[in-house]
Amino acid sequence: MSKKDSEYLINRKDNQYEVVIGLEVHAQVLSESKLFSTSATKFGAEPNTQVSLVDAAFPGMLPVINEYCVKQAIKTGIGLNAKINKRSVFDRKNYFYADLPQGYQISQFKDPIVGEGRVILDMPNGQKEVGIERLHLEQDAGKSIHDLDPQNTFVDLNRSGVALMEIVSKPDLRSPDEVNAYIKKLRSIMRYLGTCDGNMQEGSLRADVNVSVRPKGSKEFGTRCEIKNVNSIKFMQMAIEYEANRQVDLIEEGKVIDQETRLFDTKKNETRSMRSKEDAHDYRYFPDPDLLPLEVSEKFIEELKNDIPELPDDKKKRFIEEFKLSSYEANILVSDIDTAKYFEEVVAKMGKNKDIKLAVNWITGELFAVLNSKGLEISQSPVSAKNFAILINLIKNGTISGKIAKTVFELMIDGDKDPQKIVEEKGLKQQSDPKALEALIDKIINDNREKAIEYKQGKEKLFGFFVGQAMKASGGKANPQLINEILKKKL
Amino acid sequence: MTLHPLWIKQKKFDQKPNFNLKLPGIPMAVKDLFCTKNIKTTAGSKILNNFVPTYESTVTENIWNEGAILLGKLNCDEFAMGSSNETSFFGNVQNPIDKNLVPGGSSGGSASAVAGQLTPVTIGTDTGGSIRQPASFTGIVGLKPTYGSCSRYGIVAFASSLDQAGPMAQNVKDCALLHEVISSYDPKDSTSIDFKRNHYSQELTNNIKGKKIGIPKEYRVDGMPKEIEDLWQKGIQYIKDCGAETIDISLPNTSYALPTYYIVAPAEASSNLARYDGVKYGFRAKGENLIDMYEKTRSEGFGAEVQRRIMIGTYVLSSGYYDAYYLKAQKVRKLIKNDFDEAYKKVDAILTPSTPSSAFKIGEKTNDPVSMYLNDIFTVPVNLAGLPGISIPAGHDSKDYPLGLQIIGKAFDEQNILNIAYAMEEKINFKNKITDWWIK
Repeated sequence: MSKKDSEYLINRKDNQYEVVIGLEVHAQVLSESKLFSTSATKFGAEPNTQVSLVDAAFPGMLPVINEYCVKQAIKTGIGLNAKINKRSVFDRKNYFYADLPQGYQISQFKDPIVGEGRVILDMPNGQKEVGIERLHLEQDAGKSIHDLDPQNTFVDLNRSGVALMEIVSKPDLRSPDEVNAYIKKLRSIMRYLGTCDGNMQEGSLRADVNVSVRPKGSKEFGTRCEIKNVNSIKFMQMAIEYEANRQVDLIEEGKVIDQETRLFDTKKNETRSMRSKEDAHDYRYFPDPDLLPLEVSEKFIEELKNDIPELPDDKKKRFIEEFKLSSYEANILVSDIDTAKYFEEVVAKMGKNKDIKLAVNWITGELFAVLNSKGLEISQSPVSAKNFAILINLIKNGTISGKIAKTVFELMIDGDKDPQKIVEEKGLKQQSDPKALEALIDKIINDNREKAIEYKQGKEKLFGFFVGQAMKASGGKANPQLINEILKKKL
Repeated sequence: MTLHPLWIKQKKFDQKPNFNLKLPGIPMAVKDLFCTKNIKTTAGSKILNNFVPTYESTVTENIWNEGAILLGKLNCDEFAMGSSNETSFFGNVQNPIDKNLVPGGSSGGSASAVAGQLTPVTIGTDTGGSIRQPASFTGIVGLKPTYGSCSRYGIVAFASSLDQAGPMAQNVKDCALLHEVISSYDPKDSTSIDFKRNHYSQELTNNIKGKKIGIPKEYRVDGMPKEIEDLWQKGIQYIKDCGAETIDISLPNTSYALPTYYIVAPAEASSNLARYDGVKYGFRAKGENLIDMYEKTRSEGFGAEVQRRIMIGTYVLSSGYYDAYYLKAQKVRKLIKNDFDEAYKKVDAILTPSTPSSAFKIGEKTNDPVSMYLNDIFTVPVNLAGLPGISIPAGHDSKDYPLGLQIIGKAFDEQNILNIAYAMEEKINFKNKITDWWIK
């Protein structure tokens, strides 16, 4: 594999191959109730406690569309810069399985609620646009549990009927890194919108990954394989890497790639054939006669547009312009909505005379380190934005030095303490009285006459020694800037 | 001993009757396609042989709310698929006119129960003629309302875009009253329509002077018995006697209705019946594994006619055939609807025979599905167009079997066809020739 110009290619003796990837992301709609019933959607509930007669497909039960889920899908469409279709149709996808009570999944086949759109990825070598083919609404199936009993399969219908958005990308992705960036970007946008919590551990976000390879420079697509239901970015990347190499090997051996559906075995790190194109289900899609076509008005869409918050791309632009941040810094702050929220709250609490650069350094440095070590999300930060802002201001106005600030910060973590109080109680206030510092420095120079002479004779390195002595004598509290100034004057 | 809730309801009524309700204390049996809370609901199928719903259909709920008391469940063709009530897992239904006759189907039990006066009125469901054809075969009145008039919630589905519940009664007035009770807007059914409903029984009038009634030439089908043609002519005369006018009209796509129906209805049925898989409720056969269990459950649980329609439906929806069958059928369905729309620019309602023949003998057509399907030739177009249609008894054939006439209305114009039926009923003065064979 070579990464020349960060291009992801698979190398064999004489040939280089490009990898073409398209994703079908299944994102669970953030909604209290299901797509066509009023049952709850809480994760982790006791099996079969969130199942209505509709979800279990009892005779004579009928689906009724949940308007909130429709709004969520449209909002997501807007966030993906996509065309919103005023008329969409729910179809039945027919197949038999124990955890599919109706014997069909209600989905959207020909006429999805959202059409073409695009998302922008920030890659190390610049921006990349990825096309969105469509977004449609569909029901989730239940869960079959095969490993609780040697004889029987258990079925949990809590998920049955939960609303999913299937977001289909165009085959625009070219590397595992781009897939990583794409999923993160989708998740970021949906979290900003509040339309999907993006929680991959809980299965709120999973993807079918379509992979094909072609000789570098070729314009035609190779035969693709679909890797079903991969539920972490890491596994997606591993699966792509394995699958692309497998396909290249087949081509190199002069063999044909079968269009098929494959599964990724996370333990063996390999993909395995699940079913070939010939065995593919005939889903017998047809419009669900229990549901009328879904029609939304221009006004309905406009009202939702007005409801859209500032999204990551816009926020990034604003952070760069308003706070003079670098593109890199802005990216870090906007990629997760909670980080952006925290940052903006800190900025607001810092008041007029604020040092934003300093705040950014402290968030991405000290705060992130603490969160990492404690395994916390920023929304669970042990230090509130308010106290964090006070700390930054204390550094900015010279009350404490950066070094002391680190000590203060560590004390703040336990119980979100007010840094001002810590500084007062522990007597950590910086010594900035020039007269007191002059006296202190005079004493040091006096005690180290020989070194002072050596310095004057040109041994400039010794300046650091005097700074160190001064800091030590002040218990670390001396204002380092003043120390520097006074030392330069006196030596 | 705990009393059955129905007994309690009955006792309550006996002690303190409320005659302000529309159906005060009326005992009423209903077709076994309507889910009734805590009472077995089978749809005439082995696969639901042991199924007891925990919920009530909206239509029956409306009936009980008006004071009626459930008398029992009435046999029907399995999943309402049949025109003779011979496909039921629980055996065929006999016609009160003659024990060797079919009552029609699929609401055959409902029709026989009303004709035999075992229940004063009842409800059926009509997907392609399942109310009107048995009404015609048993000499009673049956109304298929406009699609969206009566909620489908809690009715075991056959073909969702065609199914509609409706009243069956001894006379037009009862039919109007029951329709008034069962028709309601229901948010639990996405295809239910919120339109202003009439007080059908109170607004019922026999004054139809000046109404224009269309006579569609395409309903004069090949091989139709002369008796049916004669009945139709008599009907035209009755219309004129009532002071209305008849106009010859054309519904050019009528001949495509039956083939269209036999694509659309099985397609929807094949999907609607997928839920009967032995996993959650109903009959389950033992199997080696999941697939084997499915196959055995559905092979043993469904009867031959249901299996036939599931196979037809599965076939017409298959990739490669979808466009040629299902999609084309949907297009033809639109044309059929357009035919009616065009006709209604000139007329207020349409008069046709209800069926191409009178009731036939039990077993006569069981081995000839196509001839069986032809029974619905006059009723099916009405379902495809989503219109209301009523069958009223209008005479007897040479064997003294009842024959019906059908009045088809504009969408939501039930009041109008009920009025026409009411006016004609007076002129026809039909007497059903019930021999009480089941008592003797």
